Amino acid sequence: MSKLFSYPLLIVLLTTTWLMLTGFSLGQFLLGLTTALVAAWGLTVLSPAKPRFRRWDLLPKLFAIVFYDIVRSNLAVASIILHGGKRIGKSNFMAIPLDLRDPTGLAYLAVIITSTPGTAWIDYNSARSVLILHIFDLVDEAVWLDLIKNRYEYLLREIFE
Amino acid sequence: MNQAADLPIWAALLIAIFLLIGAGLTLIGSFGFYRLRSFYDRIHAPTLGTSWGTAGIVIASIIYFSVVESRLVLYQLLIGAFVIVTTPVTLILLSRAALYRDRAENSPDVPPLDVLPLAPSENPSRTSNPEKAPITAHNNTHIGEK
Repeated sequence: MSKLFSYPLLIVLLTTTWLMLTGFSLGQFLLGLTTALVAAWGLTVLSPAKPRFRRWDLLPKLFAIVFYDIVRSNLAVASIILHGGKRIGKSNFMAIPLDLRDPTGLAYLAVIITSTPGTAWIDYNSARSVLILHIFDLVDEAVWLDLIKNRYEYLLREIFE
Repeated sequence: MNQAADLPIWAALLIAIFLLIGAGLTLIGSFGFYRLRSFYDRIHAPTLGTSWGTAGIVIASIIYFSVVESRLVLYQLLIGAFVIVTTPVTLILLSRAALYRDRAENSPDVPPLDVLPLAPSENPSRTSNPEKAPITAHNNTHIGEK
């Protein structure tokens, strides 16, 4: 039985999701809870690395920063496309050495980088810990390195490591 | 959809603005996807649609259904969450496939497999914390290739 409840957050989230989609009633609650328990049991069998949040308090800060950056880069990329692909820099690859090793942290970084127009996660070499990005409008590599290392990676390491 | 006529003006305006932002950005993204030349440029364009394109339409939908049903309707947030979580999976899969193909063809435009990071002296990391630096070379991170 304890195996069933080893992912309490997942069970709560899945049940909430179910109720958001179906509307609240006792029957739907029980059905959603059953589904969540089966899913959590499935996850226990797969036994992935359990994410650990060390600093919950920094998550809102991370979301605020990412929200702002996504708005800004949406405008930047949209204006480049509307100008027929003309830009100050040029699109190119760049390699970034990462100190972040936590799988959940890396997954968050992947979501942040992919959700932000203008940066694309191309490849990550886990043996060398080198991330290859493709930057849509690359003017100065140091600026992007600073952005990834100090703006995202620093926060993610605080949260997860 | 006949409730649309009864919407208060502030709600109608907000909905229209967010819907236009979302649809407009998705359109621009699709246009860029069509116009840009190289594969790696083109993967940037659709992210307009998956970020604020989706967000704008989700926000408009939340306002519309919350006003029409006179209660807070939030299930559209799930659409946004699923789009945000699943986009990296496809995008990284596609770009890694392209990189693999280009490396196999010895294309000069892509970084080689043994690409070196910048030297530590060039690294402007103000925040590097030596105590936190993990020494373990092989952990179970299977995101990239070995």
